[in-house]
This record gives sequence, C-alpha cells and structure tokens, in this order.
Amino acid sequence: MRSSVASFDLRTPHDLPSVLELLAREPGEWRPFAGGTDLMVLLEAGKLAHRRYLNIWNCRELRNISASDSEMKIGALATYTDVKGHAILQREFELLCRAAEETGGIATQNRGTLGGNIANASPAADSPPALLVYDAELELISAGGTRRVLYADFHTGYKKMNLRPDELIARIILPRGRGGWKTYYRKVGTRRAQAISKVCLAAAAKTENGAIADIRIALGSVAPCVMRATKTENSLRGKRLDAAAIDDARATLAAEITPIDDMRSTARYRSRIAQNLLQEFLQSCATT
Amino acid sequence: MTNPSIGRSIPRKEGREKVTGRARYVDDMTLPGMLFGATVRSPIARGRLRGIRFGEGLPWNELTTVTAKDIPGKNSIVLLEDDQPCLAAELVNHAEEAVVLLAHRDKYLIEEARRAVQLEIERLPAIFSIDDSLACKEIIWRADNVFKSLRVDKGDVDAALAEAEFVVEGEYETGAQEQLYIEPQGMIAEANGRDGVTVWGSLQCPYYVHKALAALFALPAEKIRVVQMETGGGFGGKEEYPSMIAAHAALLAWKSGRPVKMIYDRAEDMAATTKRHPSRTRHRTGVTRDGKIVAMDIDFTLDGGAYMTLSPVVLSRGTIHAAGPYDCANVRIRSRAVATNFPPHGAFRGFGAPQSVFALERHLDQVAKVVGLAPDELRRRNFVREGQTLAVGQVVHEKIDMNELMERAFELSGYRAKRERLARENPGSTIKRGIGFASFLHGAGFTGSGEDYLASVAEVEATSEGKIRVCAASTEMGQGTNTIFSQIAADALGLECSSVEVVQPDTAHVPNSGPTVASRTCMIVGKLVESAALGVKQSLLQNGFLREEDGHDAFAGACRLYIEKFGPLRASSRYSPSPEIHWDDAHYRGDAYGAYGWGVYVAEVSVDTLTGETRVEDFVAAQEVGRVINPVLAAGQIEGGVAQGVGFALYENVVWRDGRMINNQMTNYIMPTSMDVPPIRVYFEELPYARGPAGAKGIGELPLDGTAPAIINAVENATGIVVRRVPLTPEILLDALDAAREKVHA
Amino acid sequence: MPRAKRSMPEKVSVQCRVNGHDATLLDFPMARLLDALREQLSLTGIKEGCGEGECGACSIEMDGRLVNSCLVPVAQAEGATIRTIEGVADGEQLHEVQQAIITHGGAQCGICTPGMILAAVNLLEHNGRPTEAEVRVALAGNLCRCTGYTKIFESVLAAVTVAEARD
Ligand code: FES
Ligand code: FES
Repeated sequence: MRSSVASFDLRTPHDLPSVLELLAREPGEWRPFAGGTDLMVLLEAGKLAHRRYLNIWNCRELRNISASDSEMKIGALATYTDVKGHAILQREFELLCRAAEETGGIATQNRGTLGGNIANASPAADSPPALLVYDAELELISAGGTRRVLYADFHTGYKKMNLRPDELIARIILPRGRGGWKTYYRKVGTRRAQAISKVCLAAAAKTENGAIADIRIALGSVAPCVMRATKTENSLRGKRLDAAAIDDARATLAAEITPIDDMRSTARYRSRIAQNLLQEFLQSCATT
Repeated sequence: MTNPSIGRSIPRKEGREKVTGRARYVDDMTLPGMLFGATVRSPIARGRLRGIRFGEGLPWNELTTVTAKDIPGKNSIVLLEDDQPCLAAELVNHAEEAVVLLAHRDKYLIEEARRAVQLEIERLPAIFSIDDSLACKEIIWRADNVFKSLRVDKGDVDAALAEAEFVVEGEYETGAQEQLYIEPQGMIAEANGRDGVTVWGSLQCPYYVHKALAALFALPAEKIRVVQMETGGGFGGKEEYPSMIAAHAALLAWKSGRPVKMIYDRAEDMAATTKRHPSRTRHRTGVTRDGKIVAMDIDFTLDGGAYMTLSPVVLSRGTIHAAGPYDCANVRIRSRAVATNFPPHGAFRGFGAPQSVFALERHLDQVAKVVGLAPDELRRRNFVREGQTLAVGQVVHEKIDMNELMERAFELSGYRAKRERLARENPGSTIKRGIGFASFLHGAGFTGSGEDYLASVAEVEATSEGKIRVCAASTEMGQGTNTIFSQIAADALGLECSSVEVVQPDTAHVPNSGPTVASRTCMIVGKLVESAALGVKQSLLQNGFLREEDGHDAFAGACRLYIEKFGPLRASSRYSPSPEIHWDDAHYRGDAYGAYGWGVYVAEVSVDTLTGETRVEDFVAAQEVGRVINPVLAAGQIEGGVAQGVGFALYENVVWRDGRMINNQMTNYIMPTSMDVPPIRVYFEELPYARGPAGAKGIGELPLDGTAPAIINAVENATGIVVRRVPLTPEILLDALDAAREKVHA
Repeated sequence: MPRAKRSMPEKVSVQCRVNGHDATLLDFPMARLLDALREQLSLTGIKEGCGEGECGACSIEMDGRLVNSCLVPVAQAEGATIRTIEGVADGEQLHEVQQAIITHGGAQCGICTPGMILAAVNLLEHNGRPTEAEVRVALAGNLCRCTGYTKIFESVLAAVTVAEARD
C-alpha cells in the first residue's frame, strides 16, 4: 500500500554547508536524500518511516572521483554509472565496477549512488563486499568537521551504522597499489539482471610460493550486514590451497556466517552457495 | 485485385499510437469531477467479519464509503456461478478479499484513509492445500469443497495396466503463476439511476463485465455500457477480474454521483487478482516391451482458490489435454478443481493445459527411461496419426505428422548431435548442459459445445467512402486482433488492409463476439469477420452495384450508390454449429475442439552445479497452426509465450504466507528480463484448416504448454536429476544435486 | 496513519525544460515526477508498471540520462532537461527506433513500449553500433511481458542499420 507523498517533506538547501548546518541544528529531524532508488521504493510500498529529507543530489562536490598516487577518492554521490565508467576504477578496482554493473538496470545505475548504497545499509547491497575487499575507508563530514573511519568498522548491526545524525558520508577512499592480487566477484541473484542478491562474494588474495600470503573475503546477504569473513581469512593465511585446506575454509566460513530464510531464498541455500563460491575462488587461486 | 494481405507481415494497426505514447490506456483518461477509488481488503484468509472501524483524524464525511449494504442488486460477481461476493458481507474466504470501498478527489488522502479503516475479523481455520481440501479438513465451499469434477474414459484401463509389461508411476506439480501484464488492472466508472452504468477499462471480455454489472445493479442490459481502453497485456488475467474492479468503481460512482477512477498499484494487483491454478497430476502408465503405451491412468487436481470463478472451464481444458497428442487405446482421466482459502485462481494463457502437459511430458521422459528407449523414440512409437483417436475419442482429421514436426524441430536445434556432444563434455565441468523437448497439442476455441452456446456475432460495415469497419467485442491486448481482423476483412473484399478499421470494443456499438480467450479470436471470430465481410460484398453483388470482375477501385463507388439507395451497408455473421462436430458433455466424449495446434519445442539449458542456477541457452519452437495470417505477429506470440514459459519453469515463484502472497513486488516476483530469455527460433508448419479464416487456427496459448516441460526435460538430460515440480528454483535443484552427490560418495 | 499537521509540506514550484519547452510543475516535493508529468503536462505516454523502479515503463531522459520517473521526486527536477516519449519523434517524423518497432513487431500491448524506446534511443546515443549482447544489457531494466524481447532486439538492431544508411 502506497504512502501519501503529501506527508513527506523534501527540502533542497542551496549548498553543502547549508545541508550540514540543518543536519546539525536539528539532529535526527532531517535525513539526506540522494538518488532515491531505495527511498522511493520504500515510499511506494508504504514503508518509509522517516518523513523529512534534505535533497543532496545537487551537491556536486560530493560526486567527484579523483585519484592520487596512494588512493582513489570517490564522492558519495558518484552513481554506479560514474563508477563503472571510470578508467582507473576499471583498471584497478574491477570488483567495484562489476558490482556497479550488476546493480539494477541502466536507469537505476544512473541514479543510485555509492554513498546511498552504503547508507541504506542493506545486507544485500552489491558494492559493499567489493569495498571491504579493497580496505575502503569512509570520509564522514558534519558541520563540526571531517573524520575518517575504516569501512570494515562502519556497519555495526542490521541497519546500524557508525554515523551520527548530523553526519553525511562524503567520500569513499580506496587505497591503491594492490597489484598482483587474484580477485573474484560473484553475485548469485534472483535472475541475470535487475536482481537482488541471494549471496554475493567478493575476494582477493595474494599468493607466494603456492601459499596464501594475504587474503580478503567479504560477503553480502549472509548476515545482518555486509561482512568481512575475518575468521576464514585468518584460517587461510599462510596455507597452501590443497583440498583439505579448502574444505577447512568452507567449514570455517559456514560457521562464520548467519544467513536467514526469507522470501528470496533459504538459509541453507545461502550457506551452500557461500561455501561453493569460496571454493571456486580458492581453486582459481590454486591453479594460477 | 489488390495484393492479398493474409500471409504478409502487415505492421500492427495501432503501432504508431503505441510508439508515440498516444495510445490511450485507462489510466490516461480523466473525467471532470473524477474521484479516486481504493479498496480495503481482508488481511486474513478466512474469518467472520465482526465490524468495521473508521479511524480518527480523517474527514470521513468527505469520503464516499461503500460496503456490501450499498449494493443495489445482487452481491455477487456473476460468472459461471454467483458464489463470489462483490464485497464480503459476513464471511471472508480469502486474504485480500474486498470489504470496504473508498473514494475521494484527493488521491493521496485516499491512501491514508485506506490505512485508517480497521476490519474486525474473527479468524476461522483455513485450507491451504489440495490435500486438506480433498480431506475436507474444513468445509469451505458448499458440501465438499469441490467446484467441479470430470471423468474421461476410453477402453479398459485396469485390464490394460494389469497386462502391460511396464507400469510407470509419477506425481508432478506446478505452482501458481502471476500473469504480470505490465499495465496493472484499472477501471473508470460513471453510474447513476438515470443513465445507468458505464465503465471504461483494461479488459479482455467486455460482455463478461457487462453481465456482472447488470446483475450487481439489477439494471436491464441496455443500461450497462462497457468500453475497452487500450489494454496493456492480459494473458487471461483480465478475463474475469475486470468484472470485480468494474463493479467496485461503479458502486463508488453510483453512491458518490461522480466518475470514479480505480487503478491498482502493482502490489495490490499481484496480491489480490487471479493467478494460474496450482496443480497436481498423478500418472500411471502401462507400456509394452517395445514402447507402445497401452494404458494411461491420470489423476489431475487444480487448486481453485476460494471461489469458483472459471475453475471448471480451466479444469476441462487441463483434463482434455492431459493425455497429449498420443494414440492410446485405454485412457482414464479423473480430475477435479477444489476450493482453498487462497485468492481465486483464474484464467492464464494455456488455461489448465500447461499444468497437465507439464506432467505428461515430464512423465513420458521417465517412461522412456524405464522402457529403455530414447525420449524421442518413445514419442515416435505413440504419436497419434490422422484417423486415430485422442483420449476423449475424437478422431483426428487433421493431416498432422508429429514425427515430421519433431524431426524439423530437431534439425533446427541440432538436437541429436548436441545430445551426444553434451553427454561427452559434461563430465569434468561444473556447468552441465543438456537438451530436451516436449511434444503437445492445444485445442483452439471453446471446448466442446462451448462455441455453440456462445453463438458469437461479428459485424462488418462499409462506409460510403468504401472504408470498412469491423465491429466485434474481441479485444486487442497486444496479440494483434486489430491487424488480423483487418487482414481478413481486406482479403475477403479484395481491399487494402489500410481501408479497414477495427472499432473500439464498446458494448453500446459492437455485437457480442464472445470473450477474448481460448485462442479463439483469430480462428472463430476471424471466420465470422470473414463471412460478414463476404456478406457486405454479397449485398453489393446482388443489388448490381458491383460485379465479380470489378477491381477494388470500383468498391467505394458501389458502396456509395448502395448507401444512397438503401441506407447503411452492414452484414453480420453468427457462429453456426458445425454438423461435423459432436460433443457429449455428460460423458466427456467427442470432438473437444474443432481444431488443434501441434507443437514440438526443444530447449537447451545449462545448469551451474555450484549454484543450482539453470539458464536456457537456446530454444526452438516448431508448430503447426494452420495458415499463418501475419508471420511477424504470429512469431511474436510464440516468442512472448516462450518467455512466459521460461518464467513458469524457472523463476516465477509465488511465496505464500497464511494465504497471502508476500513477494507481491516486481523486485521479488521474478519474471525474465532481456538477459534471461534465450534466442528463440520459431518455425511454422502450415496446414490450412477448412473452418478457419483463410485456413488459420488458434495460436496464442500454444507456447505456454510446451516450454516448461522442454526446459525441465533438458535439466534432467544435463544433470540426471528428476525434477517433478515447477518452478524449479536453484534452491530446489541445488538440494537435489547435493543429495545426488552424497549418494555417489556413499 | 492520520495526516500529521506538523509535517505537512507545502507544494513547491519546479522549473524545468520538457521536450524542448519550459515547464513549471507545482506539486508536493516528494511527489513522483511520473505523476507530475502525466497529470500536469498530460504526458501520458509515460507509463507506470510498478512504481518501484523495476519495470522501466516510466523511463524518461533527464539531463541526457535514462531514469525511472517513478523514483524521482519532483523537487529533484528543478532545472532539469527532460525528454519523454512525446519528445522522441520529430513532429510527424518518427525516430528510427520507433519506426523499426512498428515494422519488426517490437510492440505488442504497447505498455512497455515508450520506456523501451527511450532506453533504446538513449543506448544508441551512447553507442551507435551496439551488438545484440549490448542491446540486451541496455534493456535489462525494461520489462516486457508480451514479446519475449526477441523482436525488440531485432527492432533496435534494424534501427541501427537504417540510421547508418541515412548518415
Ligand atoms: S513504474 Fe517506474 S520502473 Fe516501473
Ligand atoms: S509489449 Fe506488452 S509489455 Fe511489452
């Protein structure tokens, strides 16, 4: 059942400082509204609880993608289209571009933003597993200043985040210079396009002399929030990828994730798939 | 003579309006002073209505509210029976059943008002499965929960089973499927005591709505007018439900004295309107050592939902198609449609046949394995041929050669070579590929004596400019009615297709050519259009305004002279029962359909054994449908139907909780996108059918029958997994694959 | 929930350019652009199939990019340049994609057609010679229940050929 749009407010402050000032003046009263690809869906379904929003779509300074020698800075309002079309991102951060390509159709990619995807805090979001693999950091801004947090520490529970009501996600920062890692991204969704993920696994590993020197494994849709499988990673560091190691890793992962049954899939299926995808990734590391 | 248009791909008549956005659908229409209507529905599947509370804070005096008490005539949506109320009065029998209607000029306010109405319903135990319904765990519909049961008997099944060398048993199920036309249901109504009731809407069957409204308002037929707007897809979903939404909009208009627009949003449309009947089929098949099927014992059950709607008719088609295009001397089919507390299931393209054909074509692959024959060899030994009889005893008079059609489909798909190659390549790969097929038939037109009872009428009128107007209640909903009727009328009169206009279906102006269902529009109504057009010509010839040898340029002049002298130039044609078609409704024997479409579909799939995901890689649809009137439109029908069949087989899973559909959003009910459909190659074999216009038969439903079993047969070929239910979700397939792997290890 | 007086926003006036003309929309800021364009400018060629960004029937171009107008609140259209299906043909001269859809049977019931055409036209403006695979990707956000997409792909590819022959 639809909501009545007449009872929702959406103001457009004329610049970013005004947005931050409003957020600071009445903390919790206003929330940011970017491309609307999540919030408008909730509105249509009559499930949008909060009523007052600030339109930040036009805050151009939050849309830039810039590169320095050591890091990429992606403005939180960069859309999936911006991300997947960016030459450096395509070269060095393929998993993120893959995630952007596999999010919704073209129209959604033109409006959906990376910051929105993070702030919406859906456990099924497609980009966050890639961000976790890349050791992303977030730059949060408020009228009081800027702070940087590790993205891995950002989501603290189902729809819970390390973000104050007066803060905005301003940028996503990706450290550069991780060449030579073997990477993997696979989203198992409800269909081939425009799908919500049942399980999404992003991973990267560096092998030395046939053993795992370092590794990142991140998953969506298997826990209350997008997660890094740190136990599984730890269990693999220094290991050679023989059949026994892969079996162990599967078991560790199965114990580490907490998938649920919902209308899209089952806990059992999600657990199997997460393990199978991990295995597919590890086998690909072992063979190269 | 002009170049005949039949057989050519004349572009869609209303194409230009559709590509420019000018085509007018019901939501594009506004009337002065119009209100917006909304429906308050039961959240509970079965219960007793104790009260209705209108919450605080809304201007109820400004809102029009309608309950069962406000209905002027009979509180029912009359169709086959009158068991379904328009608004629940005392008992609620399914979730989403309508109880209160609201209207206001502010469409935002109406959403809040809808939330503010509280229904007090005392919950009663409900039935959510075929077994519970059959066991009468609760009696929820008349004496025994059975809407209709049927029985087909041919030969002596028990004796034949007793003697057969092999008896193969199997049970198969299909799930509910949402029609998912992209335009949700909608209606605009005007109604008052003086002028009666007029509705404009998205609908397939103007005269069904007409009949329902006359009973609801207790008004004479001439006081009811139903106009079809451009309709954004139907597929059966706009066959019976439009009567309900028309009734609701009209009641609000009647009470408020204002026009009322009622458009469902997607969530409401999916939750509340009809879906394809879930089914269960049991087969027991007797076969000789050399693969001749000697007995088919079939038990077929449909879940009809809470009210009868069209379930008996769906059951009938499903029953007749349950034994397929095979020659078998001993057949017994027992079938029934039962009541549950789901929202009523209803018409969906294929109308019961996709369910029973799925079971049969899956089962025959099992039979083939038991007998030790290839699936195609088993079919080859059993295909019905001209002169032999179908399960209902109907002698096949068509010159169809199913073997040849199958060979054609195999050639186009490279079936044999692929079957061999894939079997070689599959071991050692996590992606398993497979190829499978299904062979089937689909009766065109109403079953048995249905067309006799309908006695449909179509009319053709010529203007003094020599333009032709075709008047019929058969609706265009994308399948090409406008274009095909134009081609048929044009050729009958030797005119250009562009001289023909098909009049917008409006019960005030068009005769009742019957419902737009059952693949009957082209074959049955098209034939009436052809005869009516010939009738016009006859009038001109008889009165000497035209001579047989005249060219088409003489036509306009002849019309003008005729009209000057006699007035309007019209001819109509009424369906007349064929002396060659005999049907015995009591024993379910005889000529079930005037003609059949015949098909062999081949699917190639790949199954990712890591994820259980199945993808259809390639598809060949070969069929015999009589003369093809418009190749592009006809192929489009097949391709669209195959895509729906892909959804039916693999994606489209209605998730129920306590009788409510909980995945009633397009995000969560998964239909195929452009990335999910395979390349589809369509092949038509054309054997002209004498009683069809220019030799055409029906076509629209055929593709739904063969697609799902072809795909699932291919999955078995790829994986060895015996799948007995659609939709086959990756969850189910992965479980089965895991179980099979464990078995190998153990 | 009853309307809370406190949070009732005022309607806002939004200036934008639609199909080459200046336009003013007056609506609640969170009203869907879809409704505002259909109701206030009578651009009823924009269709609603789902209201949740899934079907693409409401596709329009906003500042050159394809968007689902059901997911755009009116307030965000301020200053935007918008093209709808009504602005695709040049007067009575159809766009190649429109013509090809008619010729090749790319439209059946027609409800997905306006959005499909905008998606295709938008694709061709970014990529003048797409492969069938690229067409499939570009149209994945536009659902069609009638055609099985096959004739839509054919139409788009045929339009490319026509456009190339013309240029
Ligand atoms: S109506 Fe906007 S995407 Fe479906
Ligand atoms: S033509 Fe009907 S939905 Fe595409």
